Amino acid sequence: MKSKFSALMALFLPIFAIAEDKLDSGDTAWMMISTALVLLMTPAGLALFYGGMTRSKNVLNTYAMVMGAFVLAMVVWIIAGYSIAFGAHENATLQNVFGGFNHILLDGIKWGDLSGSYPTYVFIAFQGTFAAITVAIASGSVIGRMKFSTWMVVVALWGLLVYAPIAHMVWGGDGAYLFDEGALDFAGGTVVHMNGGLAGLVLAILVGKRSGYPKQAMKPYSILLTALGASLLWFGWYGFNAGSAFGANAVAGVALLTTTVATAAAGLAWMLIEWVIYKKPTLLGIASGIIAGLVAITPAAGFVSIGGAFIIGIGGSVIGFFGVVTLKKMFKYDDSLDAFGIHFLAGLWGALMTGVLALNDKDLLWDGPMKESADRMGQFIVQLESVGIVALWTLVGTIIVYFIAASLTGGGRVSEETEEIGLDETLHGEKVVND
Amino acid sequence: MKKIEAIIKPFKLEDVKDALVEAGIEGMTVSEVKGYGRQQGHSELYRGAEYVVEFIPKIKIEIVVSNDDYAKKAVDAISEAAKTGKIGDGKIFVSTIDSVLRIRTDERDTDAL
Repeated sequence: MKSKFSALMALFLPIFAIAEDKLDSGDTAWMMISTALVLLMTPAGLALFYGGMTRSKNVLNTYAMVMGAFVLAMVVWIIAGYSIAFGAHENATLQNVFGGFNHILLDGIKWGDLSGSYPTYVFIAFQGTFAAITVAIASGSVIGRMKFSTWMVVVALWGLLVYAPIAHMVWGGDGAYLFDEGALDFAGGTVVHMNGGLAGLVLAILVGKRSGYPKQAMKPYSILLTALGASLLWFGWYGFNAGSAFGANAVAGVALLTTTVATAAAGLAWMLIEWVIYKKPTLLGIASGIIAGLVAITPAAGFVSIGGAFIIGIGGSVIGFFGVVTLKKMFKYDDSLDAFGIHFLAGLWGALMTGVLALNDKDLLWDGPMKESADRMGQFIVQLESVGIVALWTLVGTIIVYFIAASLTGGGRVSEETEEIGLDETLHGEKVVND
Repeated sequence: MKKIEAIIKPFKLEDVKDALVEAGIEGMTVSEVKGYGRQQGHSELYRGAEYVVEFIPKIKIEIVVSNDDYAKKAVDAISEAAKTGKIGDGKIFVSTIDSVLRIRTDERDTDAL
């Protein structure tokens, strides 16, 4: 993706012309800033977003699940994740899904190597923040009852068996299955959000509901923290989406504006839906709409018009609201903080709508039937294929990972007593407030 | 001796206190309490999950006075100051007190008030 993309930039936008393999200081600066922005999304943004929604006895555990997942997944990424995702396997069949072990512990990558117009080291760190947030998203579905030890094992295995192969299939370059098919996923609607959201649902079903759910009132610790977390996520998302242009260029500008428009429209949409249906516009609702909009525009960010961004953002909130309010009650699963309802469903919507709304503009399109022959139907089918394959891989992979993790840690669930007292005190020996 | 217990809306506390001082009542005990009557509770909404909160915060004021005259003055003062006319304004209970002791001086009954 990145090499094709730079070549494309050189061809069509002479003003940003960059010869391959020549370092551009503007691109390098933007990619380093983007890495820091995306990093902020997890241990600050997502952790506060989730922590604020949890009951007061489980706030620190929720925060630790996100922060712990982030640090562990980053280490796993450096050890082998990067190699599996972005390596090139010499066996063509395996290369479809698996980049091989050539770059274990970043073996063979030198500090002076370039990824297009900026250092490969920066690319590795940038992609590491994506790998680490993806598994952290899943934690939202299982807070309040999963053992921390089980969660840590899940994180490590999942990063290698689920995230890395999926990232390889979609973004892994020539020979990688969905990359060759021409699936369009600008910044990770399938790879990150559908993937993390579905993993959350699978884990929630396997580990079971929180005791007392849904009868007992489970009130959030502080919506204030959740709203702050949503705002930090939005801030960081500029690195996530505009950074996925892999340079300080006009395409990054497209992604930056579509991200802004879709997100604002989605926040507004969720607020209005709630206002009409429940007679009150809740702050949690506005914050939820913001996240649904960010997720929905992620796969489409660099491909659609401003009108497209409006449609994708508003639709993201409608689908997310439906998932959280209707679907969850209908099927009675305990997707505690709605990782599935918001990330999977809005991610799915965004990935499919990318096929419908992508501009027929060869300067923006990466690859696929749309670029080759203006075949929109063909592109939509490729998008469908990519969400189907990603969902299937996540489903099967997450089940396997959970059963291994649960058996290694003597069951995945805390005792009833621990759950009753709260995971902060029992698992971590800390309390969120000491008064 | 009479005891007056009044359950009022928290935001009315300052008004009620001022009215009692004006009526010549020199002391009171105030506590934060929770409960519900006809007002019932209210509901909170989090992503479509509606929780009914049955017990809502109220303030309880306790006063002991020496005779029926003061008791009437106190009840009138509270009733007037705490009234909003909406459901949930609260209630006032009046009861008879058998004995009082001031701990510092060992004075008893009306001397202790």
